Amino acid sequence: MNKTKSGLARFAAAPHIVWTVMFIVAPLLFVAYYTFTNADGAFTFENIFALKDHITTFTLSISLSVIATFICFLIGYPLAYIIARSKESSQKIMVMLLMLPMWTNLLIRTYSMMAIMDDGGFLNVVLRYFNLGEVHLIGTKGAVIFGMVYDFLPYMVLPIYTTISKLDSNLLEAASDLGCNNFGVLTKIILPLSSSGVISGITMVFVPSISTFYISQKLGGGTFELIGDTIERQFQNSSTYNVGAAISLVMMVLVLISLAIMNRFTEGEGGSEN
Amino acid sequence: MKALSRVYTALVFIILYIPIIVLMIFSFNSTSNTGGFTGFSLYWYKELFNSPDTFNALKNTLILAFSAATISTVLGTAATVGINKFRRNITKSALLSLTNVPVMNPDIVTGISMMLLFVFVGNIIGSEEKLGFGTLLIAHITFCLPYVILSVRPKVLQMNKALPEAAMDLGCTPLKSFFKVELPNIMSGVVSGFILAFTLSLDDFVISYFTTGNDFQTLPLLIYSMTKKEVKPDIYALSTLMIAAVTVLLILSNISSKGKTANRKAALK
Repeated sequence: MNKTKSGLARFAAAPHIVWTVMFIVAPLLFVAYYTFTNADGAFTFENIFALKDHITTFTLSISLSVIATFICFLIGYPLAYIIARSKESSQKIMVMLLMLPMWTNLLIRTYSMMAIMDDGGFLNVVLRYFNLGEVHLIGTKGAVIFGMVYDFLPYMVLPIYTTISKLDSNLLEAASDLGCNNFGVLTKIILPLSSSGVISGITMVFVPSISTFYISQKLGGGTFELIGDTIERQFQNSSTYNVGAAISLVMMVLVLISLAIMNRFTEGEGGSEN
Repeated sequence: MKALSRVYTALVFIILYIPIIVLMIFSFNSTSNTGGFTGFSLYWYKELFNSPDTFNALKNTLILAFSAATISTVLGTAATVGINKFRRNITKSALLSLTNVPVMNPDIVTGISMMLLFVFVGNIIGSEEKLGFGTLLIAHITFCLPYVILSVRPKVLQMNKALPEAAMDLGCTPLKSFFKVELPNIMSGVVSGFILAFTLSLDDFVISYFTTGNDFQTLPLLIYSMTKKEVKPDIYALSTLMIAAVTVLLILSNISSKGKTANRKAALK
């Protein structure tokens, strides 16, 4: 009796299954369909071949987002560690200070940075006031990397903070009791045990960085293009949907492969501990 | 070491907040100059409030976020309860990973993939205006669903499985047992899923950008179209108001969670 009743409960998932097929699976199939057809709907490899014109854009996007992710890790890990090791009351305040920018719209944060870095902006006014000359930042790759770091740093810090703050403090004490110095505790205990937080931090910074088009539009000043810009441009006009779909498909595959590699990496870590 | 870590933390937070603070200060500037402060004025706020676009976008954003959050919470909660009763683990994990695709995929890919679907179906039906509130709502529900499931699922897994069975043995219909026994047990997950979906929908720009038409604009889309034109401090004013709203919400949610833990502690005594 109960079996059939709880069996019926499975149908509660039915609307969700229909939704998933219609609006997650079908759209991805459409990306594949547009990739392998031309504007008339005939099968072609043309769009895949057209990708070679965009190789420099791909390498530029990958290198800028890898650099930004690495800087986020270098700045974010110590910060997460310091927050996790401080008093509980100050922990709460600092976590809230990290969440506030996350809750603020990305467009606003990027735009506020543009107001600072602009040639007539706040930074140059301050520099001129102290007779330090001027800097031209908008339109440089450095500005775009800075924008990525600034926009996504909290996404690196929070997951690392969560894993470090959940670490068993007995482990750390045991390590130092057994003669480990502070540096050893950090590299041999805390860093390996917080790798899952690091991996999710890296993911949460890398994926939006590699696919951004807003940051490069505003802080890159239109002097160079990232993959996101290229995709956005292709979808302005229905005649280039097919090329845009091909670029998106390649980017999706790239991102999913790198996520899979990183997940394998953490699984390997967990396996070696056992 | 302690002093060094304090200086480091302060430095990172200062750099993180300088752009936001500068933007807030310049929203009160009397001219559109972003280099120097020429005098205090509420001119840009007046300008903002005089524009019907702002209110329209605010109204649209709230309607969209509320509908998307409600529908995705209902769909997602039902799905989580249903998935939990699946007998085969393979179907369970396959469905859960498919649901997670919008979380892992870059937003721009989710956006264009849905746009291609809508445009294709729109061409078949032959409708004039293909993109608008309807397509935007579908897109928002889709990217909110995995987050609702992520917050409800731990509560469903924690719940004692014997509870709904006992309710049904004692004569409850499955539906009644769900509303009387299961739902109260997983309610905290459902509420946090709703709040998460609501804020995600409020904040979304990239997916909305590709799935909306000309006549339905949300606040993030309005900000985007404003930043495409010349730099005018009315965006600073709008941003300042939005940041202020977020700050108030964050402080309130912090206070309420503090109240909750205090209550829990009192209950334990």
